[in-house]
Amino acid sequence: MPVVNWLKKNLVVIAGLVTLAFLLLPNVVVTVFSFNKPKGRFNYEWQEFSTDAWKDPCGVADMCGSLSLSLQIALWATVGATVLGTMIAFALVRYRFRARGVVNSLIFLPMAMPEVVMAASLLTLFLNLGAQLGFWTILIAHIMFCLSFVVVAVKARVMSMDPRLEEAARDLYAGPVQTFVRVTLPIAAPGIAAGALLAFALSFDDFIITNFNAGSTVTFPMFVWGSAQRGTPVQINVVGTAMFLIAVVLVLASMAIGNRRGKRKA
Amino acid sequence: MKTTDNSGDVRLSGISKTYGSFTAVHPLDLTVPQGSFFALLGASGCGKTTTLRMIAGLEEPTSGTVHLGDQDVTALPPYKRPVNTVFQSYALFPHLDIFENVAFGLRRRGIKSVKKQVEEMLELVQLGEQARKKPHQLSGGQQQRVAVARALINHPKVLLLDEPLGALDLKLRRQMQLELKRIQTEVGITFVHVTHDQEEAMTMADTVAVMNAGRVEQLGSPADLYENPQTTFVANFLGTSNLIETEVDTKSGDDIVLKAGGGKLLLPSERCAAPATAGGRVLIGVRPEKISITHADDAGTITEGRNRITGKIADASFIGVSTQYVIDTPVCDEFAVYAQNVERDGRLVPGADVVLHWNPAHTFGLDAAQDIDAGIEEEAV
Repeated sequence: MPVVNWLKKNLVVIAGLVTLAFLLLPNVVVTVFSFNKPKGRFNYEWQEFSTDAWKDPCGVADMCGSLSLSLQIALWATVGATVLGTMIAFALVRYRFRARGVVNSLIFLPMAMPEVVMAASLLTLFLNLGAQLGFWTILIAHIMFCLSFVVVAVKARVMSMDPRLEEAARDLYAGPVQTFVRVTLPIAAPGIAAGALLAFALSFDDFIITNFNAGSTVTFPMFVWGSAQRGTPVQINVVGTAMFLIAVVLVLASMAIGNRRGKRKA
Repeated sequence: MKTTDNSGDVRLSGISKTYGSFTAVHPLDLTVPQGSFFALLGASGCGKTTTLRMIAGLEEPTSGTVHLGDQDVTALPPYKRPVNTVFQSYALFPHLDIFENVAFGLRRRGIKSVKKQVEEMLELVQLGEQARKKPHQLSGGQQQRVAVARALINHPKVLLLDEPLGALDLKLRRQMQLELKRIQTEVGITFVHVTHDQEEAMTMADTVAVMNAGRVEQLGSPADLYENPQTTFVANFLGTSNLIETEVDTKSGDDIVLKAGGGKLLLPSERCAAPATAGGRVLIGVRPEKISITHADDAGTITEGRNRITGKIADASFIGVSTQYVIDTPVCDEFAVYAQNVERDGRLVPGADVVLHWNPAHTFGLDAAQDIDAGIEEEAV
């Protein structure tokens, strides 16, 4: 039974490859169809290979504008949520204050709330406050829902930090600012970076909350949704593929740096 | 130079620390002279680490002042004190390599060219080869040396060591004790060392302060503490003591005559830490290695004038260089005796009747109002 034996030996590898394929197949489809030249307005059937869309990524009206808006919102939402979330995480881990336990639980509640309900409620809130819907309401909403995720990521890291390290820094002539910049921040950095990446990803492709609170502003996910009703330009796939590639390059780069460091130190 | 320069003196005046209703350190006066190796010894929770942290500035005293030399540093934050600490479990910066860990203090003080100094310091602790490694790539002993180098490179007036050897195994600990002692002699800096290990304190320190429940019980050289304990805690915490409850009979010359279990024992007056009035009670102690053990059949050969107690061997354990006996006596049912294995008497086996005898000069007297077992449980930690 050589086949059975071979299967037995390689079962883990096979299962891994199948899972990986399952995970990455949609990305492959996005990439492949970014080279399609569709007949008509919908990019749902393969016709022929073309690089037209890659040569003219902003060829669709309003798309690049919405993309730029989404990137800006994601960037500011990441900055806002990361700064606030990091401070909250430090406060929750390092300080004993009244209602600390309550705050600890409350921070995570937004994660449990169904997004569509949250979106509708936010709209109600903004309307009652008389806020003008647009960039700022979107940004405020994004910072709000990213915050919990940043707190979770940073808190895990801060909890594993030895407070003696900061005492050691203070003992070695580092003032409060120096201690934070030279010791606390570098050690907490992986957690903060993870929180920031998560916030960026969540903000960039959020549709539901954004759609409710955007007014007449159109972000990239809203643009894709809107165009899907009338026809999907290939450029959408180009943007998707580009984002994916940027992410892959970033991951590879960080792995390469990590490897080089590891080798140099060893 | 040591006699004129007192900038490395540590002077604590009335220093105390309370947390809510708990008093970690009772008002305490302590002077550590420049250049000495000083140990704070005690069980966990006795306030020794809190005292150390108050010297470092990491803990604010509830009352009292800390002086370094003539400078009052009580109000100074830790980064402005000319004091450095070797932390328990080292607290090396995990994101920096060994070189940068050691260079940290110099860089924070704005010194630009640190290379030569750091390399010299790493040579001193024999870690020149490891400069570019991260702390987690080193063994416990190496990490400990990095922690010492990181503190010493700043030429502090005082080096504080918080249980620096606690995480090492026994053999390495012995080696590092000698190493630290060597470094201290070489650099001549005042060392204040906190430990719960009485052997470590005695091996390394010039002066030991034994702390118990937030107070200094006794302060002195290791030999002085061992030979002349003033309290039952010190007697039991440092090594082993046989303590006997006695009644004062009379005074004869320089000796006090005591009654215990029907027999009479002598105690030199100057070795009694408690007032002895006829009829009063006194605890007397004697170290197990000062006692000679003789089989009851040979009792006649014992010289006159020695303190004697009769008993029966309850247990004997052979340790190689010595044999440790536990003797059941009328005055104390677990009398410890350590006998060197020079000429072993084959009759000294469990069940044998023996006479224990020692030079009265080796007896010490303590106040009988104390807990006779103080410091015993703690030693087992």
